[in-house]
Amino acid sequence: MNSTGSPADIEGYLEDQASKTTLRFLTCGSVDDGKSTLIGRLLYDSKLIFEDQLAALEADSRRQGTQGGEIDLALLVDGLAAEREQGITIDVAYRFFATDKRKFVVADTPGHEQYTRNMATGASNAEAAIILIDARKGVLTQTRRHSYIVSLFGIKEVVLAINKMDLVDYDEKVFARIVDEYRHFAAGLGLTITNIPMSALNGANVMGGSDLMPWYDGPSLLEWLETVDVSGGLDEDPFRMPVQWVNRPNLDFRGFSGTIASGRVEPGLEVQLLPSGARSRVARVVTFDGDLPTAGPGEAVTIVLEDEVDASRGEVICAADDPIDTSDQLAVHILWMDEHELYPGRQYYLKTATKTVPCVVTELKHKINVNTMEHQPARRLELNEVGVGNLSLSDRVAFTRYGNNRELGSFILMDRQSFATVGVGLFDFSLRRAENVVWQALTVDKFSRSEIKHQKPCVIWLTGLSGSGKSTIANVLENRLHDLHRHTYVLDGDNVRHGLNRDLGFTEADRVENIRRVGETAKLMVDAGLITIVSFISPYVTERRMVRDLLEDGEFIEVFVDTPLEICEQRDPKGLYRKARAGEIKNFTGIGSEYQAPENPEYVLSTVDQTAEESAEQLLKFLADRDIVQR
Amino acid sequence: MREVMAEAENPVMLYSIGKDSSVMLHLAMKAFYPSKPPFPLLHVDTTWKFREMIEFRDRRAAELGVDLIVHINQEGVSEGVGPFSHGSAVHTDIMKTQSLKQALDKYKFDAAFGGARRDEEKSRAKERIFSFRNPQHRWDPKNQRPELWHLYNGRVRAGESMRVFPLSNWTDLDIWQYIYQENIPIVPLYYAQSRPVVERDGMLIMVDDDRIPLEAGEVPEEKVVRFRTLGCYPLTGAIESRADNLATIIEEMLVARTSEREGRAIDKDGSASMEKKKQEGYF
Ligand SMILES: Nc1nc2c(ncn2[C@@H]2O[C@H](COP(=O)(O)OP(=O)(O)OP(=O)(O)O)[C@@H](O)[C@H]2O)c(=O)[nH]1
Ligand SMILES: [Mg+2]
Repeated sequence: MNSTGSPADIEGYLEDQASKTTLRFLTCGSVDDGKSTLIGRLLYDSKLIFEDQLAALEADSRRQGTQGGEIDLALLVDGLAAEREQGITIDVAYRFFATDKRKFVVADTPGHEQYTRNMATGASNAEAAIILIDARKGVLTQTRRHSYIVSLFGIKEVVLAINKMDLVDYDEKVFARIVDEYRHFAAGLGLTITNIPMSALNGANVMGGSDLMPWYDGPSLLEWLETVDVSGGLDEDPFRMPVQWVNRPNLDFRGFSGTIASGRVEPGLEVQLLPSGARSRVARVVTFDGDLPTAGPGEAVTIVLEDEVDASRGEVICAADDPIDTSDQLAVHILWMDEHELYPGRQYYLKTATKTVPCVVTELKHKINVNTMEHQPARRLELNEVGVGNLSLSDRVAFTRYGNNRELGSFILMDRQSFATVGVGLFDFSLRRAENVVWQALTVDKFSRSEIKHQKPCVIWLTGLSGSGKSTIANVLENRLHDLHRHTYVLDGDNVRHGLNRDLGFTEADRVENIRRVGETAKLMVDAGLITIVSFISPYVTERRMVRDLLEDGEFIEVFVDTPLEICEQRDPKGLYRKARAGEIKNFTGIGSEYQAPENPEYVLSTVDQTAEESAEQLLKFLADRDIVQR
Repeated sequence: MREVMAEAENPVMLYSIGKDSSVMLHLAMKAFYPSKPPFPLLHVDTTWKFREMIEFRDRRAAELGVDLIVHINQEGVSEGVGPFSHGSAVHTDIMKTQSLKQALDKYKFDAAFGGARRDEEKSRAKERIFSFRNPQHRWDPKNQRPELWHLYNGRVRAGESMRVFPLSNWTDLDIWQYIYQENIPIVPLYYAQSRPVVERDGMLIMVDDDRIPLEAGEVPEEKVVRFRTLGCYPLTGAIESRADNLATIIEEMLVARTSEREGRAIDKDGSASMEKKKQEGYF
């Protein structure tokens, strides 16, 4: 551009820029096929490298390059020290460039099998893919694996770039043979493939055509990138917006903030919120720049409804005449990303759109062999493997098939201890029938039940060693609450074990089930509006967390009755420690079995120097501070 | 930003007063409207920032009605740490990186927004939008959480934290374009004006106060200059320019032959230097 910098010229230029579409694509393929070099070439040839960066590149190429001192374009993209030392890509890099026609966001992904998860990261947001092949090597396992992931993630538009043509004398026969081999392999993947012979090193068929391969009359890579059509048609789909955040600046305003996943919204639209089922009508579409008459996919807005609907993060606001499905039992594809294998039966957190719920992989049906696309029986999934299985979620979620919508059809799995992302997946379908039956919101709910009792329902969960004083404190506390006209109930380890849980013993598995049942029972009591006091040893962190997850934020009050083992053993009110020491009781907590103290309990009671009455009094004060009871 | 708000217990926005911070803050005003951004701004003040930056910071926070926390590494101050006496590397480490860690620890922030962009530097191009830090605030480039679709995993255990970069995929041009379109206020130092400068190691350094040691007989020269990036004044090179409005700045940028970080002394020591600093907790 050669303007004089007058605002009119700049304005024109900026308008041009703003009206350009953006294409997101990735480069993938096997190790050393030339992916990073190709991106370096695109950046270099589109004049996006500044002088100071070029000087640094020349110096780096002499020091670390693979081109015998000549410029090594891969070093423009391989930005980590370890990558430059080893001459390979380890993690995905995002780079940006633009031409007169389009803007581009490109993800350069690693070819090494070990880093397949980073390739998947790059593929998840891409609309098109360049799959590279080294002309000397042809189709390799990683070519197949990456092609499969590209197809799984719903990318349709693909360039098969047969690279390093300079090393095979620009031979058309080599090109034709590889094209043929790949076509054979990719037949079932549903990809639209454009084959381009090129040399990333010297730029042949990258930006423009090349005299070196007169036999090729297709587009250059850049011509393809500038023109490929990837418009998704999300605009015409039914309206869906996951609620990210409830926007409540003051008592007069209550809006639901989110980014629209599909369809359009305008004031007056009849909506349903799922999974809760509530219905209403859109009153306003609010933004910082004023209310909008209409908004569509990708726009971040705040929706105000006509009725006071009690919705929270994780609900999806949908067009009422075409609501989204909900389910808690789903068939899915999973790509595993962790060194520790996935085994059916393990619990994870699942996050989809804006909702996070505990889940368990109930069944693994098969895994997919990327070389042959065959289904193989599988009992576990290892790092970088793709499998098909069933999930059971602890709560219903709104979902669509991934093929219909990426935002609402994808999920990640997180480890329950470290919260690391260990796997990702795609929803296929619900395992329950009749998902479309309209789910009516119950009119008498937890809120109305607790309102007439003038209290906030909650679970006061007393955990601690046997003999630490849990039951005594629970009874005194319930008495005190009763005096204050609160509606309460106590679930005590011994009582429950005599009835509801009488079929359970003390093995690890039984202890887990014991707590699960008590947790579910406590949840029902909270739903009934009661202040529920639970006194259970509940020795494991994960099980207590499981109960916390069953309940809503703030409802679970974990109280650690912190009495040291020696003191419990001295007290030994039921003579159990004596028996355990004598070997008469196996798996006794504190002796044959571990007690995991809470990491972040809401309250810690040290009972050593105080009576149960004093402890109960402290708790009561704590509850009053939390507005659970008024004194 | 809303995802962070929903998942973090105690988020904060790092506010460096530069143009990227200005854009980020503007986006926060939009994201939460009609609420105010539900987190404070944190400025890690090295005590060597341009005076105009500090004025701008205080004025903007007051105008927008957002909370502003200013943190200064007092140990560094009492030891007299500064770029002239200790050199750029030591100064930056103590007054910026260590100071930032102090502030994050002091207020127990578990998520911190930063305005960094992937197009700034090649190790940044590798970083996630939600970037995990261990309790020592270290970044482990070889062990980043996979980040797919728009599913951000912001969950951390006690002591661990997230750095979050909402502008990751913006380019320099995007930033200027947006400032122009949305009329976002920026520090006047970005606009060309006559300013007193001296030359140090090939960079034009503005004489912002009298802490800069002048050689015997040296007199600062008045030149029409502006800054493409802002930091500590002794470490930030000015460029000679006549661009005194956004249109001309954008035009100048379009024909620029050097990247904006060239004006920063801190980026020049070794090509892996940014990655190393980031591992140690630098933003
Ligand atoms: N002769 C020739 N060499 C090339 C060409 N493209 C890339 N190379 C060389 O092939 C080697 C590997 O290139 P990279 O770009 O690092 O390969 P990559 O696919 O990014 O590798 P990973 O990311 O580690 O999987 C380097 O030495 C390149 O210079 C080409 O078209 N012709
Ligand atoms: Mg590479």
